[in-house]
Amino acid sequence: MEELIKVGMADYKVGHSPSSLISYGLGSCVGIALYDPSTKVGGLAHIMLPDSTQARSNENPAKFADTALPFMFDEIIKLGGVKSRIVAKIAGGAQMFTFANATDIMRVGERNAEAVRMILKKMEIRLLAEDTGGNYGRTVELKLDNGIFRVKTIDKGEKEF
Amino acid sequence: MSEDILKLSALQLDALREIGNVGAGNAATALSQIINRKIDMTVPQVSILPLGDVPDVVGGPDAMVAGVYLRVFGPAPGSILFLLPRDSAFYLVDMLMGRNHGDTQLLNSMDESALMEIGNILAGAYLNALSHFTKLTLLPSIPALAIDMAGAILSVILIQLGQMGDHALVIETEFTTEFDGVKGHFFLIPDPGSLAIIMAAIGVKD
Repeated sequence: MEELIKVGMADYKVGHSPSSLISYGLGSCVGIALYDPSTKVGGLAHIMLPDSTQARSNENPAKFADTALPFMFDEIIKLGGVKSRIVAKIAGGAQMFTFANATDIMRVGERNAEAVRMILKKMEIRLLAEDTGGNYGRTVELKLDNGIFRVKTIDKGEKEF
Repeated sequence: MSEDILKLSALQLDALREIGNVGAGNAATALSQIINRKIDMTVPQVSILPLGDVPDVVGGPDAMVAGVYLRVFGPAPGSILFLLPRDSAFYLVDMLMGRNHGDTQLLNSMDESALMEIGNILAGAYLNALSHFTKLTLLPSIPALAIDMAGAILSVILIQLGQMGDHALVIETEFTTEFDGVKGHFFLIPDPGSLAIIMAAIGVKD
């Protein structure tokens, strides 16, 4: 059954074709789509922070890049995904407000995207496409029937990867 | 559960609501004088929400909004966000710039400055009240403006809170003008740790 599965902030969901996974209004957060094109299973994560070991509260693994990715990966494997076939596409990591002296906290979008790239590399997952940075929000959708990753913005149009 | 905000007593929440009431009252008065319109204001809601639910307060994470963001400096730092639906922001600019209702469709740099200045004045009025109650000197940063999806704009604040916990303490007031259909939400989101300082300063233990 075709279904649109919503992924909230600091959450991840997995599913299989013909469903789609969607996450609305990413700013500095990063949306990570993992997909196995052969079995057409995949997942979408909406992470807020790069590193669970740097945070005082790390009870929710879906909030952090370093924990959300392995957790979601395992669930995709359980759904029938095969490690060597799983590929990644990412979007988000914007800096919504610009101040003259941007502190570390303002650049969290950049750090989020960087952390995601590093963890994907460590897990040996190929990053096929990315649309990160800028100063605007994005809505991302992973279509599990064909693996297309759609990125929608308000003023910068819509892209498919 | 290590989060301070989940341990607040009913009395402490009442104190926050009262501060919100006076602060938002000041801010509404200031706004009303600038645009020369009567402004209605709801009683502030003090809510403790899971981070992911905060965008629902303003119509969901993909609602189109204008947001003026300011940092609060001083002994109890935090963030202030004045969020209004994009249409409302345009109507507000119509009033500020003396245009007819509905004329503004895109913001030029002067319009953007005007909206930021509104955020500045509202934040100043609000912080005056908070400073008065707490005897703490709290100052706003210069404002920054973004027009985008509510989730994207709120993520700036929610990420900061996310380092400490999974919930946000939101003191939120809704403003409405009588005839022009301008609606806005005013958020005060104390940084983790600031709440204890505010509570100690107003002498409400538990």
